[in-house]
Amino acid sequence: MSTTAEVPVSPAGNPIGFGRMLRKEDQRFLRGQGNYLDDIKLPGMLHGAILRSPYAHARIVSIDTAAAEAHPKVKAVITGKMLEGLKLAWMPTLSQDVQAVLATDKVRFQGQEVAFVVAEDRYSARDALELIQVEYDPLPPVVDARRALEDGAPVIRDDIEGKRDNHIFDWEAGDREATDRVFAGADVVVAQDMLYPRVHPAPMETCGSIAHMDRVTGQLTAWSTTQAPHAHRTLYALVAGLPEHKVRIISPDIGGGFGNKVGIYPGYVLAVVGSIVTGRPVKWVEDRSENLTSTSFARDYHMHGEIAASRDGKIRGLRVKVLADHGAFNGTAQPTKFPAGFFHIFPGSYDLEAAHCQVTGVYTNKAPGGVAYACSFRVTEAVYLVERMVDVLADELGMDPAELRRRNLLRPEQFPYTNKTGWVYDSGNYGHTLEVALEKAGYSELRRQQEEGRARWRAAGGSPEKPGAGGQHLMGIGISFFTEGVGAGPKKHMDILGLGMADGCELRVHPTGKAQLRLSVQTQGQGHETTFAQIVAHELGIPPEDVEVIHGDTDNTPFGLGTYGSRSTPVSGAAAAVVSRRVKDKARIIAAAALECSPDDLEWELGRWQVKGDPDKVKTIQEIAMLAHGTLELPEGVEGHLDASVVYDPPNLTYPYGAYICVVDLDPATGRVQVERFIAVDDCGPRINPMIVEGQVHGGLADGVGMALMEAIQFDSSGNCVSGSLMEYLLPTSLDCPSWELGETVTPSPHHPLGAKGVGESATVGSPPAVVNAVIDALEPFGVRHADMPLTPAQVWLAIRGRPLRTDIVE
Amino acid sequence: MQVSMSVNGERVNREVEPRILLVHFLRDELNLTGTHWGCDTSNCGTCVVWMDGVPVKSCTVLAAMASGREIRTVESLEQGTQLDPVQEGFMREHGLQCGFCTPGMMMTARWLLDHNPDPSEAEIREAISGQICRCTGYENIVRAVRWAAAHPATQEVGS
Repeated sequence: MSTTAEVPVSPAGNPIGFGRMLRKEDQRFLRGQGNYLDDIKLPGMLHGAILRSPYAHARIVSIDTAAAEAHPKVKAVITGKMLEGLKLAWMPTLSQDVQAVLATDKVRFQGQEVAFVVAEDRYSARDALELIQVEYDPLPPVVDARRALEDGAPVIRDDIEGKRDNHIFDWEAGDREATDRVFAGADVVVAQDMLYPRVHPAPMETCGSIAHMDRVTGQLTAWSTTQAPHAHRTLYALVAGLPEHKVRIISPDIGGGFGNKVGIYPGYVLAVVGSIVTGRPVKWVEDRSENLTSTSFARDYHMHGEIAASRDGKIRGLRVKVLADHGAFNGTAQPTKFPAGFFHIFPGSYDLEAAHCQVTGVYTNKAPGGVAYACSFRVTEAVYLVERMVDVLADELGMDPAELRRRNLLRPEQFPYTNKTGWVYDSGNYGHTLEVALEKAGYSELRRQQEEGRARWRAAGGSPEKPGAGGQHLMGIGISFFTEGVGAGPKKHMDILGLGMADGCELRVHPTGKAQLRLSVQTQGQGHETTFAQIVAHELGIPPEDVEVIHGDTDNTPFGLGTYGSRSTPVSGAAAAVVSRRVKDKARIIAAAALECSPDDLEWELGRWQVKGDPDKVKTIQEIAMLAHGTLELPEGVEGHLDASVVYDPPNLTYPYGAYICVVDLDPATGRVQVERFIAVDDCGPRINPMIVEGQVHGGLADGVGMALMEAIQFDSSGNCVSGSLMEYLLPTSLDCPSWELGETVTPSPHHPLGAKGVGESATVGSPPAVVNAVIDALEPFGVRHADMPLTPAQVWLAIRGRPLRTDIVE
Repeated sequence: MQVSMSVNGERVNREVEPRILLVHFLRDELNLTGTHWGCDTSNCGTCVVWMDGVPVKSCTVLAAMASGREIRTVESLEQGTQLDPVQEGFMREHGLQCGFCTPGMMMTARWLLDHNPDPSEAEIREAISGQICRCTGYENIVRAVRWAAAHPATQEVGS
């Protein structure tokens, strides 16, 4: 299970198993030969563009499309009224709600889809949008989620029969009474309100789709930017009433997903409608502004946390209330029975006596969506909550935050550990990982330097009244310790729209010993073509360069729900291991027939079955593949060929974890924060390809810096999105990121066939609280206990003056 | 209108709308889809190409403005079957994940190394700071450029 074990090397120089291996997929990307959605051109292809609402909330009085239809290059103009005739004006979301494909009665967020133009080229399609006249009757919008449930608040979803308010759901987990008892008897109780602002995945490639409905065969082929092609196929069949065997979804190279490309957007459906109407392929690709203002956002959790502890620093209980802003339609992508995702993990990595949380979801006049952006299904919000609360408690107790965590982390002997919401953490050695991180950071030396810096600042005249005196900066040190639950999920608990979250996988070994592995999951840059080939190599001894990974085309891959929530390695990685083992078992029977012995007489050495005690009598997996397709007489009931398929239903989630330490430099004169160091020690079990794992962590850390310091989708009081371009929605650049310092510990998952736990989202989950804790730590001389993300220079400057702002609404 | 330019060393003449952006001209007219488009505001840098030897964001250049100029795109980096050291560096140091920002990053990196063959980490970060990568956290892009700086020989063989 160790990643450091001796691994044989293939003729091409690759590890036949786990280890650093350069990526197969790089060859095309390096040459500009990737095949992304907008690179695809079909004969006769038309281009679509969407007219969007300028209002957050308005009744549609009329739509006049005559001038647009008269445009010489326009082939079709589609409105909600036309879709009503096709019963396609509304589509189901992934959360048992419906969403308007094109608005019919009223618009419910700025940027909502109102009409669709199909034209001969992309410029003409845009031109024609300008020719559509829409008369709106503006309505008061609900922008502030905290006022969405007030009496008299405008009702957003009057399309729902009998709906009189903006309430979506109430959900709770944990034991309320037990938690209240713990709080009643606690020495210390601290409370803190905190907002995890609405942020956006903003992958470099925006979303898009090309639909081709063949009128003769009735076959729909849709090339889509999707992380979940099979889920899309089934949804297309359900949405449009199309026969599923005539629907083929192809997910080409994806330019980053981060959860943004899980759901089905109106544009995808409109491309299909456009193709049905015109009889030609229709391409729709959104621009950046459409991406930021209409497709799936993440977070938007207004949280109230309370933590109970003894005076000597034993954390006893955690109590949380959340107001969840889901926008105008409940379009969150998460398992059916989990309206607040996996927020169950909010007790974090700590040994508590009791915990309880309550989440209320509300509609607002904002874009729908909910859990995209390396979401881990709300684990990000939960980890932020608990890790901020632990620091708030440390502040209250006057205790070092590392020491407070040390005293409360779960101990190795407690695993498998059932947390206070009933989730079973599979394995962990938390204290060790924390110590590795503290050691790597040189924690006590950092604290000494911080004290010296504060002394210099004071000596230079620094004070709450004169924060910038003497030009002295302040150092901040922030820690977070996170546990994620990933790899959704066990069928008995988890489904999306009734579809179980088990993953299919197929392996074919061709006669010459080269193999094809067919996956249901879809990479967006995670390197599946390499990692999954390494899994087959690890199990069968076939060199990874001889294993082709096939994915992204529903006609050529088995069913499964796709890549998000760090589920590829935990679910499909397990499936790839299990399917390889099935092939290995079959190879044993074939080898025994060829060697004229009993299968029991054989033993496995990587890549070959050999007779025990007689290693000269051996058949390699490649020889066995040829035998399996040849004329060798096989035992009764054994079919030829060397193939297998599986459906892997994970018995539990996996629980990767890590200890992160962030060091920031803060200029109290301007409020500017620079991340100076970031130490990330991750435990995701054995690493199949450590190079790829480190790359995943690097990217997530940058995400975390972005969310903590600069990213927020904000609205003004009229519901205008003021973060609709990359000039307002700031993404971290190379100058905002330090050189990351990574470390690892290895605690295998006991139930995953490879022990692997998944890592794609670990750093995005773990890093924001580390950065925020570091900034708040730097602000200690000003008595600041909390300020909401993003901690822009302006927000820090205001926090120094005791009046940080709300970061969801811009007045 | 008629535009005429050199693209990766080949003369190109086309009749285009005056408003067409260079990025769309390269992608849609010439099928050079290695150059990408990622934002509306010249912030992301996935569209970086060279115009007369200088990196430009091709979403902010009209094809008409490129007329009479020399354009170089990612497709020109490989010489024969010899990868440019920058391409080799991106591969060896895992400087790409989804690959979408990669062509623009490599074009900027090539320009940097042509003008500063031994750049420091800070100089590399400065050079790519007008371009966004959502996958790598920039660490391995910096390492990739450093790798290319340390292995200039392969480029001489190729060019």
